[in-house]
Amino acid sequence: MPKDDSAVKGAQGAGPRPEPQVLMGNYAAAEGALAAGCGFYAGYPITPSSEIMEVLAERLPRQGGVFVQMEDEIASFAAVIGASWAGAKAMTATAGPGLSLMLEGIGYASFTETPLVLVDVQRAGPATGQATRVGSGDVLQVRYGAHGDTCPIALSPWSVQEMYDQVIRAFNLAERYRTPVFVLADEGVGHLRETVVLHRDFELVARVRGNDQPPFGHPDPDGVPPMPIFGDGANLMVTGSTHDAWGFRKVDDAEPHDLLVRRINRKILDHAEDICEVDGRFLDDAEVALVAYGFSGRSALAAVKALRRAGVKVGLLRLKTLWPFPARQVAELGKAVRRLVVPEMNLGQVGGVVRQHVRCDVELLGQVNGEVIEPEAIERKVREVLP
Amino acid sequence: MTRAMEHWLRVPHTAFCPGCGHGILMGALVRACDELALDRRQLLFVSGIGCAAWIPSPNIRADTLHTLHGRAVAYATGAKLANPKLTVIVVSGDGDLASIGGNHLIHAARRDVPLTVVCANNEIYGMTGGQTAPTTPLGALSATDPLGNRYRPFDLIALVKGAGARYAARWPVTQPRPLTDALKRAITTPGFAFVEAISPCPTQFGRRNRVDDVTKLYDQMAGTCVTREAARALSPAERARCLVIGEFIDE
Repeated sequence: MPKDDSAVKGAQGAGPRPEPQVLMGNYAAAEGALAAGCGFYAGYPITPSSEIMEVLAERLPRQGGVFVQMEDEIASFAAVIGASWAGAKAMTATAGPGLSLMLEGIGYASFTETPLVLVDVQRAGPATGQATRVGSGDVLQVRYGAHGDTCPIALSPWSVQEMYDQVIRAFNLAERYRTPVFVLADEGVGHLRETVVLHRDFELVARVRGNDQPPFGHPDPDGVPPMPIFGDGANLMVTGSTHDAWGFRKVDDAEPHDLLVRRINRKILDHAEDICEVDGRFLDDAEVALVAYGFSGRSALAAVKALRRAGVKVGLLRLKTLWPFPARQVAELGKAVRRLVVPEMNLGQVGGVVRQHVRCDVELLGQVNGEVIEPEAIERKVREVLP
Repeated sequence: MTRAMEHWLRVPHTAFCPGCGHGILMGALVRACDELALDRRQLLFVSGIGCAAWIPSPNIRADTLHTLHGRAVAYATGAKLANPKLTVIVVSGDGDLASIGGNHLIHAARRDVPLTVVCANNEIYGMTGGQTAPTTPLGALSATDPLGNRYRPFDLIALVKGAGARYAARWPVTQPRPLTDALKRAITTPGFAFVEAISPCPTQFGRRNRVDDVTKLYDQMAGTCVTREAARALSPAERARCLVIGEFIDE
């Protein structure tokens, strides 16, 4: 049965643990960026994510970092990529409409193996939708939005604490795997105010540099090459065109394209065990299990507790990592229970993926009214589908 | 280009068509860097998509960042702000910088980010097959304007000056010495600087506009380039058909 892997591994107890404080989720995300050593933020205002850039506009320059408000989200993402190659840990934040504009850059960052962090505070879409209301309709867009085959990493926080922890982890994963990493938050978590501890119990992954090895190739088909930065004297050739291990464009050759596209996917998928984290609750004897993520995970846990009080054998698998999909954990769960229920604030984006990995029945509970799913709605759905 | 400049180049040949002006611009660029004795380790070239984007990448031996269509200036902004010690030179085409990337261009000029932006203006989309650019002259023929371009071209110098560029210059590649000097002035400008190099495209512009002879195309281009002094003597209608060359610096 899946277990709760802790969010941030390792401990480097730097001084006494800070006191808990009450913060908004978006503020905690900004604190996480500062704690992780973010040195560059470029962004464009958009509800419901703007608090992240407002905090960083004030705090980042004081920490020696750079903040710039760009002319749009396309430029924001472009500037973040440029800054990452100039050596900064770089980040942006946005919401659905901005994410749509950033897609070209996401493909570029994946293909050029550029580490960066994007916090997407999801709101109710499509289009402008409801800017101040909650949704989680960007889940498949971050996975499949870029043209061509890419394999980004996406984490899903359910609390203000996880906004802090997961932004730190996102920077570490970005540097470790040289790839864009999403923190796929939602308006519910972004604007939630609750207790958080801005602890220092984490280790930071340092970028592996070096000019003597090829920066875009690796002997292993799932390897991550070292990444020199501008100014290192590497005479770098960074390009979004297909390139060989040293960066020379190979726009007509079959083999380098095949090699590169496969490697940038395999370097993530082959390390899913390291990347994927789940949080299992009440699963040991469960006959029915909820698979939930983000703010909906809170409602799912409340529903599980209420149902348990009524004697219903139900449990929860909360996905803290959405991409790469925790396929093993979900498949194991599918063998252990008779039925799965996936509550989410879209029309089944993760539910559909769950179905690809299990043989048991998967019931979808999609809600797209701009409101959080109430625990009672989940409770009702579970009672309806009880075997 | 003389052999003395070859240490700036990574590859023994370029992908430019016969008669393309971009090779001359590439020569002027590396000569400017050489004469300024720039530290290659702190030199970053950023380009977008199109023929001109190939001028620095992969040709020039320095750090190069070959980005997405239109976005070179935005990528360059991030790199320059993250590491101000870098000398950052953007090289791209007129379609890339002024059409799809027009917004990034004017905002970088407004912010006065210390970048040198070099626009290789061939007045057409070369790589994609000769379609109309925002710089294509009124009436010129293209793959998407077979009856002649219906819309006025941008005056890129006026555009970036209006957006706040500290330094702007326009020279044809047929005048490589003033072009090289302008590039040096731009690189040493402590703020946003823009150089437009008029660089003919025989393959697309020349062919579609029935100028089959490369030298004729160059003569024709040279004929449309007038100094500011000469331009003052022209009627507004005559001036609209010309490209005013020289340096455009605020007093």
